[in-house]
Amino acid sequence: MAKMTGKQMVVEALKREGVDVIFGFPGGAIIDLYDTLEKDGAIKHVLVRHEQGAAHAADGYARASGKVGVCIATSGPGATNTVTGIATANMDSVPIVVFTGQVPTALIGNDAFQEVDIVGITRPCTKHNYLVRDVKDLPQALKEAFYIARSGRPGPVLVDLPKDVQNARAEFDYPQEIKLRSYNPVIEPHGKQIERAYRLIEKAKRPVIYAGGGVIISDAYKELRALAKAMYIPVTMTLMGLGGFPGTHKLSLGMLGMHGTYCANMAMANSDLIIAVGARFDDRVTGKIEAFAPLAKIIHLDIDPTSIQKNVKVDVPIVGDCKRILKKLLDAVKDAGRPAEAWRDQHQAWLQQLDAWRKRHPLTYKKESGVIKPQYVIEKLYEMTKGRAIITTEVGQNQMWTAQFYKFDEPRTLLTSGGLGTMGYGFPAAIGAQMAFPDKLVVDVAGDGSIQMNIQEMATAMEQRLPVKIVILNNQFLGMVRQWQELFYDRRYAATEFEMTPDFVKLAEAYGAKGFRATKPEEVDDVLSKGLEAEGLVIMEFAIAREEGVFPMVPAGKATTEMLLV
Amino acid sequence: MKHTLSVLVENTPGALSRITGLFSGRAFNIESLNVAATLDPTLSHLTLVTTGDEFIIEQIIKQLRRLVDVFKVVDVSEGEFVEREMSLIKVRAEEESRAEILRMCDIFRCKVVDVSPKSYTLEVTGPESKLKAVIELLRPIGIKEITRTGAIAMIREKKTI
Repeated sequence: MAKMTGKQMVVEALKREGVDVIFGFPGGAIIDLYDTLEKDGAIKHVLVRHEQGAAHAADGYARASGKVGVCIATSGPGATNTVTGIATANMDSVPIVVFTGQVPTALIGNDAFQEVDIVGITRPCTKHNYLVRDVKDLPQALKEAFYIARSGRPGPVLVDLPKDVQNARAEFDYPQEIKLRSYNPVIEPHGKQIERAYRLIEKAKRPVIYAGGGVIISDAYKELRALAKAMYIPVTMTLMGLGGFPGTHKLSLGMLGMHGTYCANMAMANSDLIIAVGARFDDRVTGKIEAFAPLAKIIHLDIDPTSIQKNVKVDVPIVGDCKRILKKLLDAVKDAGRPAEAWRDQHQAWLQQLDAWRKRHPLTYKKESGVIKPQYVIEKLYEMTKGRAIITTEVGQNQMWTAQFYKFDEPRTLLTSGGLGTMGYGFPAAIGAQMAFPDKLVVDVAGDGSIQMNIQEMATAMEQRLPVKIVILNNQFLGMVRQWQELFYDRRYAATEFEMTPDFVKLAEAYGAKGFRATKPEEVDDVLSKGLEAEGLVIMEFAIAREEGVFPMVPAGKATTEMLLV
Repeated sequence: MKHTLSVLVENTPGALSRITGLFSGRAFNIESLNVAATLDPTLSHLTLVTTGDEFIIEQIIKQLRRLVDVFKVVDVSEGEFVEREMSLIKVRAEEESRAEILRMCDIFRCKVVDVSPKSYTLEVTGPESKLKAVIELLRPIGIKEITRTGAIAMIREKKTI
């Protein structure tokens, strides 16, 4: 077998894993790998302007495509700059592999120039990580990294590559298959649990399916829809689950939780059976845990056993891949042979009740003349893109208005930092998504605060000629924190008002992109249509009602039935 | 409630830190921790004593199993098990107390492993309750220094983990 250098092994492994694009930023400890990538020429490299952008772009690429995203950074500050991106991917179970350069093995631990213990730093926020000290271990580590990132509950894996290991030679024996004795995610559900689950479903009068990001990750969209339809069970989605069930379907209750719909939160509170699919009962969903779904039995489907019974007591846990479990449940429903009408009759009163709640407090906002309402901008964006765009968001009000007013019908069309809540995620993620789908419309919905957290990636998008469209909802506030201050801190706006905001139109122009601005409601449609139709990178800025809030809202620590409504 | 967990973990750099990091990061308790190689040099056996209600113990076990390097986790305190801990105790041994210390050693089957003009070093092995008893009895005489291994444990009868 031919000998290869470590840097050649990395490039070869990338090819064998089907990686066609990587995001990164070079430096002294990774210059060798860069040299090999350049000589080889087969893998497209996107040069970002900050390593955080590289990690988010790899994440956006992964979420949009379902493939593993890859990014690369140098040692020390290059590596630490990726940490927020890694933690973001970890919280939302996104498969990315991060390669970092490291000082030569002989210098490790000596406080060498640009040295940091990145494996130690990222241990709690990666699914797994490696410091490869011997080039002989590299092929196995590379194979394991991709396998662990994409299998089971996916997540980020970091591989730290000392400079001398990149240049050392060894035989490249890349494993075709891999089996790890200590890592065996359960994919197939237990038959007994399926039976027990079915028996609960059979008896339920007020069931709700509570669908999370696991539905999208396991590609269980079709199965979920089939199951809901077969038994007339309504579906509510978490932020991460939006698009996992069509938002326009008549069984959809919309999003639940802190900024969820009245109907979805009432459904959970009054349900007698909650079927959680790839969701983890996070505090933004449950509100005050003691008051959460007091009447319901709970069936919980999840590939990660730690998600089950972490926050709430579960009656029937089913560990496995959501798609496989839903298929088996669907088979159980078919085998039982009850006619569709029987299911419909059983749930009719419940569905009528839900309709009444939906009508009583639909998602809405107060229309005012003379001032742009952010919700209107999102509604229009939805209309004009016919709901077919890939939407990324930043974090805060922009994220919640998007989740509420853009009706996501397809999986992998909303890319948002749900778990970690990372401001600055949306724009680089949009770059990653656009690299994965050059012909799709990719829109980042941002606030004036969060867009500035990774604004430097404008140059990346221009360099790559990526036609990402940025919608900035500008209220010159850090809006979500301001909203909390308004409601719970006697309107003391501590450090949330921007006295200075750049001219985003000129900023776009400075980067060679196009900029449009709307300051009046009647300009919104025009700016959106011009901006969406314009070629290349575009910023559309909307001067929105400054103190508009996101409603409904469940105050932190309150029961989800204690919603503040519009 | 106290639980003793046996954990088999890949003998790789960083594996132990993943486990201790898990406990500190998720605010779980570690009362004692003991690690050593097994017959298979690629695996280490870790005995961990922790406390928590049933939900916390369930989470601890699941979270440990979730670590890529962790091969097996068993709550040995769920059934019949043997638990032993060893301690080295350096106790003040003046003229008047030397005989009494040796008598106590005899009763508790301790060994004197080091002798100096003013002290004995004792080796005590047993369940935690026995160590506690010995320490309490020696305390009035004057304990100069103490080191403990933390518990190691094994399931009784034919079962292995």
